Amino acid sequence: MSEKGYAMFLGCLIPYREVGYEVSARRVAKELGIDLKEMSDANCCGLPFDDLNHEMMLALAARDLCIAEAMGLNIMTLCPGCTGVLTKVNKKLKQDRALRERVNGYLKEVGMEFKGKIEVKHFAKVLIEDIGYGKLEGFVEKPFRGLKVAEHYGCHILRPQKYLEFEDPENPTFLNRLVEITGARTVNYLDKKECCGLPVVGIDEHVSLQLARNKLKHIKEAAVDAMVTICPFCHVAYDANQLRIEKVFSEFYGIPVLHYPQLLGLAMGINPNELALDKLRVKSDNVLRNLEIS
Amino acid sequence: METNSTKENVKEETHRPLKVDQSFKYEVLKMPDGETLKTCFQCGTCTSSCPIARITDSYRPNQIIRMVQLGLRERMLPSKTLWLCAACFTCVDRCPQDVEVQSVLRVLKNLAVKEGYVPAVFKELGSNILETGSAYKVSELRISERKGLGLPVLPKTNTEDVKRLAEMTGFNSLIKGERKNE
Repeated sequence: MSEKGYAMFLGCLIPYREVGYEVSARRVAKELGIDLKEMSDANCCGLPFDDLNHEMMLALAARDLCIAEAMGLNIMTLCPGCTGVLTKVNKKLKQDRALRERVNGYLKEVGMEFKGKIEVKHFAKVLIEDIGYGKLEGFVEKPFRGLKVAEHYGCHILRPQKYLEFEDPENPTFLNRLVEITGARTVNYLDKKECCGLPVVGIDEHVSLQLARNKLKHIKEAAVDAMVTICPFCHVAYDANQLRIEKVFSEFYGIPVLHYPQLLGLAMGINPNELALDKLRVKSDNVLRNLEIS
Repeated sequence: METNSTKENVKEETHRPLKVDQSFKYEVLKMPDGETLKTCFQCGTCTSSCPIARITDSYRPNQIIRMVQLGLRERMLPSKTLWLCAACFTCVDRCPQDVEVQSVLRVLKNLAVKEGYVPAVFKELGSNILETGSAYKVSELRISERKGLGLPVLPKTNTEDVKRLAEMTGFNSLIKGERKNE
C-alpha cells in the first residue's frame, strides 16, 4: 500500500453521468484504507482532444501529471480512458527528451514543469497490487452464493500493451479474479474482450449500439445475473444504452450492470444504500436478493 | 440499394479522376507516430481485428492506410470514415509490422480538423474544455446532488491555464476557426 495515498483523478464522464461509480469506489476505498486526496485544479485528461489536436492532448495530460507531482503523490484513476492517456503521456515524456522539452515549453506558460516523478494506476490495479487478491478476500464478509456474473474488461486498461504493461490483452484474468473474490461466479461468453463501441456514439449511433447489442446478446445467452464493468464509458454503453437498445431493436435484456466496487462493496457487507445502486438504470434487485439468501 | 439511380451514382464516382497528392504521405510521416505508416504491407490484420469493421462495411483501416500511401488526400480528409475508429487499440497490439494504426488515424483527423472538418460532437467538447476545463459541462443539479451523496466538491480548473495551453498548441484557432462540415 502506498502509505501516502493517492491523488484522485476523477475525469469528466464520472461526475457528468456515472456518479454511482464514484460513490461506490470512494466508499470501498475508505473501508480498505486507501487514502485519496483531491486534485482540486485538475482538467480533462486530454483523451477526447487527441483527435482534434495531438499537442493539446499532450499539454492537458501533462498539466494533470504536474498537479500530482506537486502533491507528491501517484495518481489513482477510475476511468481506464484517463488511465491510458495519463500512463502513455507520462511514459513518453519520461523517455523522450525532445518531446519533454516541447511539452515543457507549453507548461512553462502556465508556470509548470513536467519532472517525471509519479506513476498512474487504475483503481483495479491499486486493489490488486497494493492490497492483493488474498488480503482483499479477507475483507469479504457477505460473499455471494451462485451469482453468475459476466465481467467486461474494456480496452484502455490493457491496450496498447506496450504502454499499459498490465496483463496480456488477448487473455486477461484480473477482473475474473476480482469478481470471484466476492463469491460470485464468472461465466464465459462470446467476444468477452470486445470493445463497447461507445466512443463512436456521437459519429454513428447505430454502429455504437449494434456493437453493445452484440455483447448483450452473448451475455444473455450465457444466462447471467449481472454484468460488471470497471469503466464509466463501457457502463454507459451497457446500462443506460441497454434501455435505448431495447427500444431501437424491440428487444428485452434486463441485465443489471454493476460498477465493480458496487459488487465488491456489497460482498464486504457495506450497506447497499451507500453504494449508489439506485443510480443504475437497469434495476439490480436480483443481485441484492442473492445477497439476502446467501 | 440496387436502384438504377444508385448504380448511376456509383458509375459517376468511379469515373471521377482521383487526384493523387504525392506529398500527402510525407505530411503524415512527419507527425508523431505517423512514421509507422511506411511499414504497412497490407496483411489486413487491423481490419480483421477491428470491432467497428465487424459492424459496418464502410470502415476498413487497412484501406485507409493504403489510400494515404497512395496520396489520396482529397478523398481521405473530408471522409466521415476517419471518425469511426473507436480507439480500442486492438489493431495496434496485433499489427505484425508495428504500425500505429490508431495513431495514423489520429494524424489524419488532426489534418482534417486543420482544414475545417470537425464533427459537431467534437465542436461541443472543444468549447466545453475551454469554458470549464472538462470535456462535459456538469449541470448545477449534479453539482448540488454531490453534497447529498457525501462527495467532495468537483475540481475547479483554472481555465486561464487551459486557454493559454490552447493558444500555445494551436487548439484555439481550430475550435474558433472556420468550419466546413457539421
